[in-house]
Amino acid sequence: MSEVRLYFNNIWMALSTAAIGMKTTIRHLFTPAVTIQYPDVKLKLPERARNRLYVNIDDCIGCDQCAMACPVDCIDIETIKGTPDQDLGVTSTGQKKRLHVPVFDIDIAKCCYCGLCVYPCPTECIMMTDVYEFSEFDRHNLNYHFSRMSPGEITVAKEKLRKADEEAAAKKAAAAAAAKPATPPPAAGTPPKQEGGAQEQAKPNNPS
Amino acid sequence: MYELLHDLLGDSLLVYVIGAALPLLFVLPFAVVAVLLEMKVSAHMQDRVAYMYTGWHGVLQPVADILKLLQKEDTVPAAADKFLFRLAPFLVFMGGYAGFAALPFSSAYIGSNIDLGVFYILAVSSLAVIGLMMAGWASNNKWSLFGAMRSVAQIISYEIPSALSILVAVMIVGSLNLQEVSKFQEGGIQNWIVFGGPMPLLQKLLLLPFTITAFFILFLAGIAEVNRTPFDLPEAESELVQGYNTEYSGMKFAIFYLAEFANMFLVSGIVVSLYLGGWTSPFGDVMSGPIWSFFWFVVKGMFFVFLQVWIRWTLPRLRVDQLMYTSWKVLTPFLFVCIFAVGLILVL
Repeated sequence: MSEVRLYFNNIWMALSTAAIGMKTTIRHLFTPAVTIQYPDVKLKLPERARNRLYVNIDDCIGCDQCAMACPVDCIDIETIKGTPDQDLGVTSTGQKKRLHVPVFDIDIAKCCYCGLCVYPCPTECIMMTDVYEFSEFDRHNLNYHFSRMSPGEITVAKEKLRKADEEAAAKKAAAAAAAKPATPPPAAGTPPKQEGGAQEQAKPNNPS
Repeated sequence: MYELLHDLLGDSLLVYVIGAALPLLFVLPFAVVAVLLEMKVSAHMQDRVAYMYTGWHGVLQPVADILKLLQKEDTVPAAADKFLFRLAPFLVFMGGYAGFAALPFSSAYIGSNIDLGVFYILAVSSLAVIGLMMAGWASNNKWSLFGAMRSVAQIISYEIPSALSILVAVMIVGSLNLQEVSKFQEGGIQNWIVFGGPMPLLQKLLLLPFTITAFFILFLAGIAEVNRTPFDLPEAESELVQGYNTEYSGMKFAIFYLAEFANMFLVSGIVVSLYLGGWTSPFGDVMSGPIWSFFWFVVKGMFFVFLQVWIRWTLPRLRVDQLMYTSWKVLTPFLFVCIFAVGLILVL
């Protein structure tokens, strides 16, 4: 292209490309905006969106599998073994509950929303909901307590377990003394083993 | 207008104050509307919605912005030249605002009916250049200085195409007074100077390509003079931060902003007065008269303000060398051709 043609071609290109651009913007001026006025209008989340965790504590059997699956250790569960004279009820799936759950804390501030705790739950009581607005001014408020046991109930349950353990130990000691009088009886009032029971409980339902 | 006030109030200082303050009644509400227009248009061009919460569809947001700027701390850098730093924004605004004096808002109103109208506007708007340089220099900040230098270089080089394109219209009319330029174009859309003016048909057709070119160039040069995209080089966030107003805050910053919007309308007003019939109605005698003429002037002016916004949110900016290339190697030669041809046609 000669210099002169290049000069006029440049001018033509500048004008025509500017016109193309302006045509695009004027068209968009009259297309409806895609903005969603968020706090007023919310997008519908997908059906299986993973947001805040929820625990239906009535169904929880205290198996501790969710806490073990959690990669960031944000679930904290403590259990107290139920004694045979107590009826802890059944879950909605018909499973008999054998453990008290005095502590079921999820520190949602630590949670990474992976959903790994949901899959192992044998009673499907821990689930991810579509709630995503739960900011707090104090991060300690993000540690959710799901257990509904009162301190009084916890003491009662612990006391019962201790007594049951003592009775069992006494019986065992008596039986041992009867069989082999030389061995000394084991120390009474050992603290209740908590997690061992939970794992045994969970085994039949473990898919692996 | 000045004569009327003089007759009403006699020879007192009040006459000057009222006469000088009248365009302010237009400029201040215009700035508020223009800020809103800019934000809303830019948002909708990008399929967004802009402000929605302050008033109906956020129409009160500019008012809120002004209130915020009024409350802000007005800092002056320790190393700045305090006097010049404080003076600069007002000088910049004054340069633009003084131009409004010679702008015919309506068939009944022009701030000052002087014979040198356009020439006066060109001269007085150069005052803004001094203000910009002052702001850049007094800030004692390298970004401000470079921004001001760019801005000044740009404005000065674009004053040549804008003066030359004004000359084309002035040659056709034979007057520098914008009121007379507007009167010359009365009688409907076909008499506007873009379309050749109220000339015999043959002369009109001959003038047509040159007047359209000159009109187009005047508008482009005007955009460049008010430092708006695609010629907004003084505002380069990556290299110059905000250019000459980097160090400014609070009300002084607001004055710069106001000056920018006042200049936007001034440029539109000049383009409209010279080439698009000013306050004349596009339908001849229908809808003419002092109030209608004000309406037409504002409508045409606002259309060009919208056009500036539209261009701003469409085009990317030019490089410095491209900017100078456009001014000196494209616009100026084209205008020489226009002036020569228009002169020849008018003489023949």
